[in-house]
Amino acid sequence: MPIHEKSLIRPENIRTTPDKTVIEGVDVSGHWSTFIESRVITDYNEAMEEEIAALPGGENIHRCWQCGSCTNSCTVHAIEPRFNPRYWIYLIRTGMEQELLRDKDIIWQCVSCNKCTYVCPRDVAPEGVMKATSHWLQLKGFTPASPSHIFDEEFTRQIVQRGKIEDTEVLHNFLKKTKQPLMQDWLVQIARNIAMRLPVKWGLKMAWAQVFKPKTRGWAMSQKALEDYIIEVEAEHKQALSPHKARLDKHLQAAE
Amino acid sequence: MVDVTDKANKYRSVAYYPGCALEGSGNGYDVSTRAIAKELNLGLTDVKDWNCCGAMEVKNIDPKIQTYLSARVLSQAVNKNGKDVVMAPCNGCYHNLKKAEYDLTHDPKSIEVVDKLSKKSGHETYQPGQAETIHALDWLKATVGEDGLRRRTKGKLAGLKVANYYGCMYVRPRHIFPEKDKGPGSESTSKPHFMDDLLGAAGAENVEFPLKTACCGGAHTLSDSDTSTKLVLNILQSAEASGAEVIATECPTCHSGLEMHQIRAEKRFGKKTNVKILYFTQLLGLALGIGPRKLGIHTNISSSMDLLIDKRLT
Repeated sequence: MPIHEKSLIRPENIRTTPDKTVIEGVDVSGHWSTFIESRVITDYNEAMEEEIAALPGGENIHRCWQCGSCTNSCTVHAIEPRFNPRYWIYLIRTGMEQELLRDKDIIWQCVSCNKCTYVCPRDVAPEGVMKATSHWLQLKGFTPASPSHIFDEEFTRQIVQRGKIEDTEVLHNFLKKTKQPLMQDWLVQIARNIAMRLPVKWGLKMAWAQVFKPKTRGWAMSQKALEDYIIEVEAEHKQALSPHKARLDKHLQAAE
Repeated sequence: MVDVTDKANKYRSVAYYPGCALEGSGNGYDVSTRAIAKELNLGLTDVKDWNCCGAMEVKNIDPKIQTYLSARVLSQAVNKNGKDVVMAPCNGCYHNLKKAEYDLTHDPKSIEVVDKLSKKSGHETYQPGQAETIHALDWLKATVGEDGLRRRTKGKLAGLKVANYYGCMYVRPRHIFPEKDKGPGSESTSKPHFMDDLLGAAGAENVEFPLKTACCGGAHTLSDSDTSTKLVLNILQSAEASGAEVIATECPTCHSGLEMHQIRAEKRFGKKTNVKILYFTQLLGLALGIGPRKLGIHTNISSSMDLLIDKRLT
């Protein structure tokens, strides 16, 4: 059975004849007369693989030959069995968008441990494919910005501005942007542990870093260069969403 | 075979890239690394006006920004410090500098973008091959080495059961570490052993620990805390089951991840673990007779003083 056919054996696709059924004199009532409802898939998204391949990280998705080493080695799969890179790569390559969307809320959870990339015999770099896919879901409007993406953006913003990051500011802004309280029991406990053993000098140093953020000297030109570059790549990523349409437009233009 | 004597000389004086974490939450790693350098008379020159390498986050916005950030650090070390070896104790920094080196050797688009951004930023473009990036483990393994540690420490860590935890970024993906998996003397990506070698030479008893290169979920320590807590708890419990009293770390993200989620696992899941967490440089520092305060042990989140007193290490 092809891997995506597992969608066929979901409860909503299973039919069990409730009445007594006898075929050629044999009683096949109950689960003996369970059938999988046949269905026709018509909603393939043929552009999906190409779109994801055009985003950073997704470049090598076409190389996959479905060995399953990625899922087998996956850190997240071990604690969340629905997290299945091999299956998602299959769905993307066959264009089964609706099936992929069932898992849209967990794809961002890849922790980038790179175990998949380490074992992949075809250099697909599944870690990159996971990032490209969650990026795609967001660009398409299927998911809101994931907590991970909000974190990445806050982090990158600080680096572009100052060349360096400051831990407590990242923590503070991230919690604020994701509407989480700063006073969570475990964070309070951590702060207490630190405060208990820290010399006064250290506390002052931390407070100093809050007011005078760490900054790389001579960063201004890099900041400008990076800001310009980010505008460029964001436009590129948006363009990646409609390769089919762009090609068609070009073709039509040429025909005229 | 790796030429050991050649490296011993080359690594005696290196450009030091601490990175953002070592200036903040991972300060104990920075302090202990510098203390060891002083004790062993090794030269560390901070990379002039360094910037963040991009950590694990920037690549998700665009991988080439990260390549540029790392390339700028290497460019500073080469052109401003005049060094050809950059030592980065943080796994994330080490990994990113290695990745930049790889991309700038293999990917024309990365070369183009890095060159463009470097020119616009007004500094020289880093050319692959100009500098060698090494980890703090490579640095100590080549300079003081196991024999040196045996001689200097006289097995001071004897009786201390240690689980050596290397994490992800030090070994994966394999292709960005061309010098690893090269037989005797080189590091292994599947079963790394440099930390075991060094601490073992200082007398520690390295336990058989199966999760040396497991992931601590550091990338999502705040954005997906439950996943991180589960992953960390796995590591802590496995270390305890292996008989370890201490987990030795070599990465500030892993280290603070283990410390933070040890507390979170207790608060949220009611799972308490007692294994202590120390940077391998803090353990080596103690073995070399440096005091715990000079190694920043009091700045760790989890307190390990009771154990250290018990083992007569202070």
